[in-house]
Amino acid sequence: MIRFLANRLLGMAVVLFLVCLFTYVIFFLLSPDPAVQICGKNCTPEAIDQIRANLGLDEPFLAQFWTFLSGLFVGRTYGTGANAIDCVAPCLGYSFQSSQPVTDMILQRLPVSATVAVGAAVLWLLAGVSAGLVSAVREGKFTDRFITGLTLTGMSVPNYVLALSLQFLLVVTLGWLPFPQAVPFSEDPLQWFMNFLMPWIVLSIGAAAVYTRLTRANVIETLQENYVRTARAKGLSPGLVWRRHALRPALTPIVTIFGMDFAGLLGGALITETVFGLNGVGKLAADSITKNDQPVIMGVTLLAAFLVVVGNMVVDLLYTAIDPRVRVGSAA
Amino acid sequence: MTFTPTELEAEGAAGGEATGDPASSSPPASGRRLARAFMRDRAAVACAAYILVVILMALTAPLLVKLSGYGPLEFDQAAVDPNLGGLPLGWGGGIGTDHWFGVEPGNGRDIFARIVYGARVSMTIALLATALTSTLGVVFGLIAGYFGGRTDMVISRIMEFLMAFPALIFMIAVLSALPAENRQALLVVVISFFGWPYLARIVRGQTMSLKQREFVESAKASGASSAQIIFKEILPNLSSTIIVMTTLAVPGYVGTEAGLSFLGVGVVPPTPSWGQMIASSVSWYAVDPAYFLFPGAFLFLLVLSFTVLGDRIKKIAESGEGRA
Repeated sequence: MIRFLANRLLGMAVVLFLVCLFTYVIFFLLSPDPAVQICGKNCTPEAIDQIRANLGLDEPFLAQFWTFLSGLFVGRTYGTGANAIDCVAPCLGYSFQSSQPVTDMILQRLPVSATVAVGAAVLWLLAGVSAGLVSAVREGKFTDRFITGLTLTGMSVPNYVLALSLQFLLVVTLGWLPFPQAVPFSEDPLQWFMNFLMPWIVLSIGAAAVYTRLTRANVIETLQENYVRTARAKGLSPGLVWRRHALRPALTPIVTIFGMDFAGLLGGALITETVFGLNGVGKLAADSITKNDQPVIMGVTLLAAFLVVVGNMVVDLLYTAIDPRVRVGSAA
Repeated sequence: MTFTPTELEAEGAAGGEATGDPASSSPPASGRRLARAFMRDRAAVACAAYILVVILMALTAPLLVKLSGYGPLEFDQAAVDPNLGGLPLGWGGGIGTDHWFGVEPGNGRDIFARIVYGARVSMTIALLATALTSTLGVVFGLIAGYFGGRTDMVISRIMEFLMAFPALIFMIAVLSALPAENRQALLVVVISFFGWPYLARIVRGQTMSLKQREFVESAKASGASSAQIIFKEILPNLSSTIIVMTTLAVPGYVGTEAGLSFLGVGVVPPTPSWGQMIASSVSWYAVDPAYFLFPGAFLFLLVLSFTVLGDRIKKIAESGEGRA
């Protein structure tokens, strides 16, 4: 177990390092000189040099990369002497646009993204698993075919199209929901809930469809297993067969795949946040793209990668814990 | 053979073609039987028909535009009302005999023409990305599965690495850093770069079980080279898997292209793409719903058609395999 854990941790570190390197190389090699951008229109070559020196852009690639990496763990200092600025770990640098520390910018927006992600995750898990169960119970009947048709639709609708349609239908035409605006939960819980309702629906619909299909397939497959037949043959009530023998193996994979999807979502639901104007990490990334604010884009990319990699690992560990068939090392 | 549980699961999710699945190593259904079963499936035929219409639309775009009278880049200030901030004149965003699908608010560009030309962009990118992804996926999957050992380890590590990447955010980061010229080619490359491991993993698994079979042994014994075995013996047996996987991949790429264009890192204006049209309609959705409904409906139907088609082909292929 310890060896497995160490292996996974090492693999995780390697992936994260490569993500860092990859992003850094791309921004270092491909993007226009940020110093020119920061300097603005009335710029002298001396000013550009000054900015480059302050940001450490005059150093060779490897040195810059090293400063960036070590900044993540122990922080770094910009400039020298009296006007030196300390950036504490984990330091992702400063935004080229607003001159704020990227770490702070991301932390400020994380709660919104987390709210969106958690709500959507609850919604799709509930909707997906229950619809999948219903579908599996009524396999081949009208309900099953209807749900299957719905899932195909749900999987296919691009979320910004759905977002716009919902907004047009529910807000403009029917007036059932207020126009989304940011209200803190403590101020007006109902308004807060209404605001997040549409983003939750939009974000969860695709995943709900996928989970419905997965649940359906897994349950149907499990019900055909020999041990379920045995349980039935020895006269257990259908309810007990379901609860004790069918559901656990059928739902284990769902729980684990859920971990990964959720981690992926925390890194910012770019499109949903942008369409609804929610000030989350995803919107931050989208805005930074239009402004070509590289440190912020990099920060968000790294955060997203970190969450996905950690999520993957947690899922693997969970899987080993939940499913006795997957035993480490025995898979020869 | 080692695989992480998550991989196992994803494979199950991709249609149960898990490694070592006995069903997947049985001989595939013949093409003719597949086609006959396909023709009996009304939903599949309808989806295929819609896809064909979109492809035809894309191919004949210049002709269609000549028929409708307005090009995709032509401004028509007569069709919008300058007093209302450029809102299209007339019902449904200016639908009429002049502009079949209405016009864009603001500059009065013809939406029909932009949809038709947008179909070109969307289809080209999605199909090219699918072709490139499939080629890469099949080749690397075959190599990893057939040769095993160190080759397999290297390729598998690369695949794991790519799949652990937050692909969408990274695509955005890469595309935003790259220069804007030749965006369409870049989109294809970037999408394929992150897409091939999903097919490769399944091809690898099936190759590993296929290479144990007698016909491969006998080919080896009769002195066939590795390349001959891979391409003449193993590859034909993978065809139904590849067809299913690629059909199921296309809607994802259509969606990705539209999504990236929607976020402003895809196809560069004024070249139209459906995702980009929807993006520019965001600020108008309340007053001119037709502006997002047309590209939205076309995009949704295209993704839906490919998804349903892939789903149906998969079912037909699976039941065909079961019978054989």
